[in-house]
Amino acid sequence: MIETIFAKIPVIITAFPYIMQGTAVTLITVIGALSLGLVVGLPLAVLQVYGPRWIRGIIAVYVWFFRGMPILLLLFLFYFGLFELVGLNLSTITASCLVLGMASAAYQSQIFRGSIQSLPTGQMKAALALGMSERTGICTIILPQALRLSIPGWSNEFSILLKDSAMCFVLGTPEIMARTHFIASRTYEHLPLYVTAGALYFCITMIGVTLLRRLEQRVRIPGYTTAQNIF
Amino acid sequence: MSIPPVPVLSARHISVRLNGKQILNDVSIDVATGEMKVLIGPSGAGKSTFLQCLNFLQPPDEGTVSLEGQQIDSHSTRALCALRQQVGMIFQDFNLFDHLTAIENIAVALRKVAGVSKAEAHERALHELERVGLASRGGLYPAELSGGQKQRVAIARALAMDPKVMLLDEPTSALDPELVGEVLAVIRNLAAGGMTMIMATHQMDFAQALATEILFMESGRIIEQGAPAALLAEGAGTRTADFFHKLLAPTKE
Repeated sequence: MIETIFAKIPVIITAFPYIMQGTAVTLITVIGALSLGLVVGLPLAVLQVYGPRWIRGIIAVYVWFFRGMPILLLLFLFYFGLFELVGLNLSTITASCLVLGMASAAYQSQIFRGSIQSLPTGQMKAALALGMSERTGICTIILPQALRLSIPGWSNEFSILLKDSAMCFVLGTPEIMARTHFIASRTYEHLPLYVTAGALYFCITMIGVTLLRRLEQRVRIPGYTTAQNIF
Repeated sequence: MSIPPVPVLSARHISVRLNGKQILNDVSIDVATGEMKVLIGPSGAGKSTFLQCLNFLQPPDEGTVSLEGQQIDSHSTRALCALRQQVGMIFQDFNLFDHLTAIENIAVALRKVAGVSKAEAHERALHELERVGLASRGGLYPAELSGGQKQRVAIARALAMDPKVMLLDEPTSALDPELVGEVLAVIRNLAAGGMTMIMATHQMDFAQALATEILFMESGRIIEQGAPAALLAEGAGTRTADFFHKLLAPTKE
């Protein structure tokens, strides 16, 4: 058993540089999608809580659409369907970021909406009673607290997007999964290669989650939450 | 013949209907400079709702509110913000901003609403904290303060905006009995300093001692109103006197 493992190490070492190059693509896809999801999702959440009824309706449809379909289907639908129809000729990486980003915006908007709505109603009342406009109240009082509360849920979103990035393999995006599959299908050394890929994803997850945990510790309000040791 | 002074804050025929229930029914009030009017009554009488109508946190279905004789246009956001800068509010649940320290709680409105510079806001906030006796606690977060300290910071926060009128919605109801005194002391000082106030409270002794006029509310209406001496006189037979004795009874030996 041990001999078999040692025998496979050269395979892994040879394949590793090629697979590692996929890490850059994976990270770009994940960070791009996460950022797009944040930039779109946060305003969606605010408008869903404070906006007029017609805006809330439109947002509800958007969220329902992007949460209602598997990511795989969304990728195919947009890359091979809608983008072609509209005449957009995007690279696989850009398309992946875009589709994953739009879907992530739908999910992230619900994370933020939950946090905003979990704040006591008195916070906004006190802000208004001091003469703040609703806008100032949202930016100065509501969001700083809601964003802090959102970090655990958001770290979930990061780890989900990391796994969704592997699905972009079907578009031909040269990320970790695609490259591992490429070598494995040629060398037939499936097990050691996929274990390596798994280890790589595991490392990226650990780094990301640790960074977010540090962020959570840094912005923690003394005495506000019961969490002492955050994993 | 002297013209009676224009009341600082005045409300007429305020009515509110929520979830099919009439919370307030044709309630009116006038308060002149330096007066303290106290709203008293059983829970559910509409005292909190009425106070929140005075600064439009709760938009009334009917009725008008006027500040220094000028009627407030409830549809203009700017008019409402301007009104709220001149009318301070203290809540039963304190409602301090949990992510800001005590001193930042006071400074934030000065900076964001009054447009004061960061340094000046900090100085004025420190001054207000001294006024309520909490200068040493400025750097603490609300979660690290006791209930009485939180309410005093809330009072300092409202005072920093230099309001013409203060609305106090049962300021001591959420406090442990031993912390009530420190908050009442601050309010007493404010009254002595001539602050115009409308307060809803269950602290009957306090009301009797300091109120210019007591308004007894029940089921959304003002049932009785008058000077404490008149309403609470021995043998006056008023509903207020009944309520007063009912509140004192549980604590009697």
